[in-house]
Amino acid sequence: MYIIVVGGGRIGYYLIKALLDEGHEVLLIEKNASICENITEEMGSVCICGDGCEAATLADAGTDRADMLVAITGDDEDNLVACQVAKYKYNVPRTIARIRNPRNEAIFKKLGVDVAISSTNIILEHIQEEVPTHPLTHLLSIEDIGQEVVEVKIPPEAPTVGKSVRELSIPQASKLVLVIRKEGKHRVPTLNTIIKAEDRILALTTPESEEDLRNTLRGT
Amino acid sequence: MKLLIMGCGRVGSRLAGLLDADGHEVTILDINSTSFRRLPSEFNGTPLIGNGTDMDVLRRAGIEETDVFVAITQGDNRNVMAAQIAKHVFNVPRVICRIYDPLRQELYNTLGLEAISPTTIFAEMLKERIEG
Repeated sequence: MYIIVVGGGRIGYYLIKALLDEGHEVLLIEKNASICENITEEMGSVCICGDGCEAATLADAGTDRADMLVAITGDDEDNLVACQVAKYKYNVPRTIARIRNPRNEAIFKKLGVDVAISSTNIILEHIQEEVPTHPLTHLLSIEDIGQEVVEVKIPPEAPTVGKSVRELSIPQASKLVLVIRKEGKHRVPTLNTIIKAEDRILALTTPESEEDLRNTLRGT
Repeated sequence: MKLLIMGCGRVGSRLAGLLDADGHEVTILDINSTSFRRLPSEFNGTPLIGNGTDMDVLRRAGIEETDVFVAITQGDNRNVMAAQIAKHVFNVPRVICRIYDPLRQELYNTLGLEAISPTTIFAEMLKERIEG
């Protein structure tokens, strides 16, 4: 695949390295000339110096034959415009933007960005996950089908402890996929599976029904 | 008319002054409070500090009741993003934005934004003057 990356900060640097390792054709567009020099010195000619939002730069980069464009500068508006120019002027099939303000996620999608990744949300999630009492953790978001994999922790005092899955009315849009017990054993849940204290339950759900799922499993 | 202007630079402040003098209800946004010193002393509108690409700030600035939104900061991309939020999230009846880069201006015009490129206009004007 031919992948264009806009923004050669820390994420850009490690991203192009990983993509090159996977055997992709990669081009980085970076404004700062000294960053370009360093990357060229280390990885060869995989970098052009310029503004990735400018149509002229994207033309030089051969954007019309790119399979994917990833915009990961530190500015949401620059990432939005780079993706939109790529998509609407050069018909790039897949555009990915990093966003810092989590509130921008919906609007980016509405405006033609295929995937908007909120670095702020990801970091928040990871920190929350480490808080022992945090009830629901997002593990994976499956964008194209609008679903996500989440983990729900069952506290020892939960009224659902000792009940079977059959006795709980799990929301229709949710499917329990794995139960991880306190001691590390795991099983695929059936209707007869009994909920135990400190279980970690993995489920496939939709963003709309995750709250319902959490409350059902924890009996709150 | 109710107007919301984003960016209180030379053009933004002047536009705000003119529209205010014509009796319109003007709110002007800028991330920097010192920018508001450019406004004429008799300005009756509302200067507001905040980032116009943030939906909460726009809401606070009354974008939901605004008839016209003008994005006129120094950053093309910032203008583009704010203008699209105004148009597609808040359904402001008329949205105008400045885009210096003529190529981007053309693109966003075809995408339905009312975008003006001062670069193109000024270059054409100079050419006319020179060639008489």
